[in-house]
Amino acid sequence: MATSVDNPTGMSYRRTEFSRIVDNGFKWLTTIFAMGVGVTLMAIAFQVGLQAIPSIQKFGLGFLFTARWNPVEDIYGAWTQIYGTLITSFLALLLAVPVGVGVAIILSEDFLPPRVQKPLVFMVELLAAIPSVIYGLWGIFILAPFLQGPMNWLYQNFKWIPLFSTPPTGRGIYIASIVLAIMILPIIAAISRDSLVGVSPDLRQAAYGLGATRWETLFQVIIPTAISGIIGGVMLALGRAMGETMAVTMLIGNSSNPSPSLFAQGSTISALLANQFAEASGLQVASLMYAALILFGLTLLVNVLAELLVRRVEIKKI
Amino acid sequence: MTPNLERNALQTDTVFQTKDLNIYYGNFLAVRDVTIDIPKNAITAFIGPSGCGKSTVLRCFNRLNDLIKSFHIDGKIFYHGQDLYAPDVDPVEVRRQIGMVFQRPNPFPKSIYDNIAFGPRLLGYKGDMDELVERSLRGAALWEDVKDKLKVLGTDLSGGQQQRLCIARAIAVQPDVILMDEPCAALDPISTLKVEDLLQELKENYTIIIVTHNMQQASRASDFTAFYNVQANEKGQRTGYIVEYDRTEVIFQSPKNKSTQEYVSGRFG
Repeated sequence: MATSVDNPTGMSYRRTEFSRIVDNGFKWLTTIFAMGVGVTLMAIAFQVGLQAIPSIQKFGLGFLFTARWNPVEDIYGAWTQIYGTLITSFLALLLAVPVGVGVAIILSEDFLPPRVQKPLVFMVELLAAIPSVIYGLWGIFILAPFLQGPMNWLYQNFKWIPLFSTPPTGRGIYIASIVLAIMILPIIAAISRDSLVGVSPDLRQAAYGLGATRWETLFQVIIPTAISGIIGGVMLALGRAMGETMAVTMLIGNSSNPSPSLFAQGSTISALLANQFAEASGLQVASLMYAALILFGLTLLVNVLAELLVRRVEIKKI
Repeated sequence: MTPNLERNALQTDTVFQTKDLNIYYGNFLAVRDVTIDIPKNAITAFIGPSGCGKSTVLRCFNRLNDLIKSFHIDGKIFYHGQDLYAPDVDPVEVRRQIGMVFQRPNPFPKSIYDNIAFGPRLLGYKGDMDELVERSLRGAALWEDVKDKLKVLGTDLSGGQQQRLCIARAIAVQPDVILMDEPCAALDPISTLKVEDLLQELKENYTIIIVTHNMQQASRASDFTAFYNVQANEKGQRTGYIVEYDRTEVIFQSPKNKSTQEYVSGRFG
């Protein structure tokens, strides 16, 4: 190249070989990492499935609908745990969604002066950082004694309703659900707030310009526009609730007997795994793996449903 | 074909009248000494360099500035003789009678039909909604473009169509006044001409105030023009004021003020 003979500025218009290698190398590195995530997921599913085979062969689909967990006779069925997982997650959502979305609304509108609002946003996020074992301890020592009175009242006056048909103790489905609700609240609140804040201020002005009040603007324009993000947050929270182990294991009572009562002790799949894995062997391990596979399937189902739901209601933002 | 919407303000030939209006954001005086009469069923244009406060004045007429916490005024704005900023005036009711079209088209991410029906539903419109939607879209010269796709999202239309949708949405509630804040700033020349033609039709029924940066637009489309300018004080704070307000042909052909002359002939700003 003739230009290199006389180049007082020192600028080169050609890329060095090194720069190309770095670019290419980086591309390959990120590709491998991305593939690694997918491969790990598949490998876990495959391993769990493989180890569950003896139990699947022995109990078949009946495993899902029978409630017995008897390591002495080596007979297993996970209905109590599946029901426990679903009911605690459902109740947690029922409690956490209105509160979480409400918190998100307060923290995304200008109701509060920024001086109060900013620390509150931070504190809601901090709620997500509390270790789950601490939630468990708090549930046992603070919340359960605190709720004993009201729950007794419910039992005494409404025991004819199956949901309240057993006397409340400090452990059980109700307390696990309430603590789960508090644990997933920050996920719902933080994600919902982000999507509410993300709605273009132009839309707010358009609604106000037409004579909408603050609430009409919020419920007819802002929330419908942000709804896909809010649903995404709720589904993420549901996934967290179904998989949560430590706090639930501490609070739910770990009983394999099914009961329609919310005050009864119960179990969830993750609590079952946490309790029994260490001492299990043979068919029991296979059955635990089977239960794990079901949990895996449930969370997968929730995520797929979430994706479909979000796509259905998705509306383009400006 | 009278709309089923209330119109409680007394109709007068002067729609807005401001007296010694000063507009502040906190301690900052944004616009000073605005004294102007806006006539009924005419198009009044606000022109002037950026930062001269013409949009700020516009947003006082429908109390949209109330959304900014530090905003306050002194002086008076009368709407058909009624003090617009009197303590017993509800800004929401003001905005129901005074529509607004914004610089960037801002249709809701809802269907075209629901965009138009939004305002009438808020006001509890009991009549035939399909008919009102069609009338509003015709009024905004958009009906032919969209009559077969009313369920399509308003946000899927082209920029010019979106802006006409916003105009249709504004006229669906049969407002008394339509405020337009640079409605053609984000549009191509063809869409701009369509909107300007539309303005001429709209002024039969509505009073229009339009903020524009486009000299030709002001001279072509408006009946009255207010020229705003801006002045910096010793602290560097820029305060807008009205230099001259007159019939549009006077402002563009024989303005009394030298800076108006310079601005409208393009030798300024």
